[in-house]
Amino acid sequence: MKYETQKVAYPFFVAALLLFVAQIIFGVLAGVVYVFPNFLSEAMPFHIIRMSHTNLLIVWLLIGFFGATYYLLPEEAEVEIHSPTIAYVQLGIFVFAGAAALIGYQFGIHEGRHYLEQPLWVKILLTISFLMFLYNASRTLLNGRKTAISTVLLLGLWLAAIFWLFAFYNPANLALDKMYWWYIVHVWVEGVWGLIMASLLAYLVIKLTGVDREIIDKWLYVIVGLVLFSGLLGTGHHYYWIGTPAYWQPIGSFFSALEVLPLFAMVIFAFYMFWRGQRDHPNKSAMLWTLGCAVMAFFGAGVWGFMHTLSFINYYTHGTQITAAHGHLAFFGAYVMLNLAIMTYAMPHLRGKLPYNQMLNMWSFWLMTAGMAFMTFTLTFAGVIQTHLQRVMAINFMVVQEDLELFMVMRLISGVIVLIAVLMFVYALLGRAKEQVPAEGAPHIAPAAAV
Amino acid sequence: MIEGLTRNAARNVFYGGSLFFFVVFVSLTVHSHYYIVTQSTDSAGLNESVRHGKEVWEKHSCINCHSLLGEGAYFAPELGNVWQRYGGLNNPDAARAGIKAYIRIQPTGVPGRRQMPDFGLSDEELDALVDFFEWTSRIDTQGWPPNDAG
Ligand code: HEC
Ligand code: HEM
Ligand code: HEM
Ligand SMILES: [Fe+2]
Repeated sequence: MKYETQKVAYPFFVAALLLFVAQIIFGVLAGVVYVFPNFLSEAMPFHIIRMSHTNLLIVWLLIGFFGATYYLLPEEAEVEIHSPTIAYVQLGIFVFAGAAALIGYQFGIHEGRHYLEQPLWVKILLTISFLMFLYNASRTLLNGRKTAISTVLLLGLWLAAIFWLFAFYNPANLALDKMYWWYIVHVWVEGVWGLIMASLLAYLVIKLTGVDREIIDKWLYVIVGLVLFSGLLGTGHHYYWIGTPAYWQPIGSFFSALEVLPLFAMVIFAFYMFWRGQRDHPNKSAMLWTLGCAVMAFFGAGVWGFMHTLSFINYYTHGTQITAAHGHLAFFGAYVMLNLAIMTYAMPHLRGKLPYNQMLNMWSFWLMTAGMAFMTFTLTFAGVIQTHLQRVMAINFMVVQEDLELFMVMRLISGVIVLIAVLMFVYALLGRAKEQVPAEGAPHIAPAAAV
Repeated sequence: MIEGLTRNAARNVFYGGSLFFFVVFVSLTVHSHYYIVTQSTDSAGLNESVRHGKEVWEKHSCINCHSLLGEGAYFAPELGNVWQRYGGLNNPDAARAGIKAYIRIQPTGVPGRRQMPDFGLSDEELDALVDFFEWTSRIDTQGWPPNDAG
């Protein structure tokens, strides 16, 4: 760690990891309800479990992004963080607001649109914290060297905050409500968060391979260009059946199909740079998560997204377990793995150690990825059957669900495996560190310091 | 693949292109906004009761079990067309009574069957909800869902 204030990232990562565990516990509980429907049906009904699960996901991913930004910004800008105090206060507000929302949900205190269930005052606190973060990070950037990576990263975060403001707009006309709701949900994950993903991957690739920045920057701009050129009009794939005009069917189909390109480019980029650069970085597990992120994002978002994105297919699959399958693998591959990659890379520096607990970390990688992949397969099978029976054969929803039970059991099993893998991961990063220097024994925290 | 492109050219294409697509996207949503208000939804019929129904819908976050026009959760039936499913097109009074009665008898408590909680809704709230469902069922959704099962 070259800059003292990079250590600001540490509490962010710890908070993110703890909330990640909670998110997965709620996920498993929701999975249990699918198998044993009477479970908790009075104490904590399904909708409460579900909103806890999805809200925790968003909150911890954002905290992880904040931490990642604080970690890399000093190295990129070559100056210290503008104000560590603002960073800690901002984290405190964010965690407090997230926790307050979570506790409130258990008592039925929530709003009513999915992902946006936070009560108004919680939304305001989250916004304040986000703005404090942006102020702090932007001041840091303006004080120092402006690299492509840090500029694109901050642009993504600024745009995320700006589009978030639509959370405060809830028109009484349901069709309008839905149309602007996607300004947050779609434009985040398939638009501006893509900038965050591409820039963080580019940072990891530079650190882990030592490839020349000139080349990386060019790739970065091409990738984020493809993300926004396809992703903005790609929002149209949510505007087929909610009261919006028919022209969204061709526009949404065409541009959202193109969204696969940047995801594919990220896979090529990551592998090409690892092939080209030096491959002896001691943090093998960070390398694994980085490549894994690009690959799984391509499958989860790209392949599973494409599967149901054309309007004449979406007409049948819209709002079935197919969507759940895609939602899980896409979020996991693109944003969960991204965060875990950054943390795996940064933690040894933050704790002042050589890369440690690598075996455990890599085992958790394979177990978690396999668990999520299997869960996606089971949900996909369930979704295909549901689509056929309910949408083609016109059989009643509740009747069809009975035929999906086997898949829901398998989803639960894979969910438990994911939970175990997550606990392993958290222990590998936060638990007692057994240093595992690779056989060649590079005694320095190579090339991080060199580039 | 991108050897011919300089870093600065790539950056300019990114900023210029993104701005262009952003403007196109916003223009199309502005038009869609206009289309929704004037054509695909019944703006005039968006009365107090329908608004109140939407508030009740949100207060209890029904969306985290149900889907509405295909969006939401996948745990319980689609409700964008629940009005049609209960025969609202032919017999509105029976549909209203049927939906209200259905919500009132929840939870069924049947072992091994998914449960919907009792939200203690008043008669007035139930009527507002039904008005909201009825209004929603008339949104022009380009023919979705494919059938009454939703
Ligand atoms: C915890 C999950 C849950 C929540 C929250 C929930 N429901 Fe339900 N709902 C269900 C389930 C499960 C069924 C199907 C019950 C059955 O068939 O036994 C259902 C059925 C219905 C039906 C009948 C649908 C049909 O096609 O027969 C209506 C209407 C309905 N719910 C309205 C609502 C409204 C309005 C709210 C919010 C105030 C709501 N639900 C909240 C789970 C939920
Ligand atoms: C990282 C990127 C992505 C993430 C995190 C993601 C996540 C999600 C989630 C969570 C939903 C469900 C939203 C809801 O609650 O209603 C969804 C829906 C959808 N996604 Fe993605 N997605 C990503 C990329 C893509 C891509 C690239 C495509 C297309 C190629 C795509 C196509 C779709 C479609 C068509 C739907 C609507 C499904 C339906 O009709 O029910 N997604 N996505
Ligand atoms: C890192 C891992 C996970 C991520 C990123 C994730 C993400 C999500 C998202 C985005 C949704 C909303 C889905 C949509 O609208 O399409 C969701 C719902 C859900 N998740 Fe997860 N989840 C994860 C792990 C789990 C696990 C381990 C389980 C356990 C079995 C689980 C069970 C569920 C269930 C049951 C729902 C509700 C789906 C429905 O409405 O039918 N999730 N999750
Ligand atoms: Fe989307």
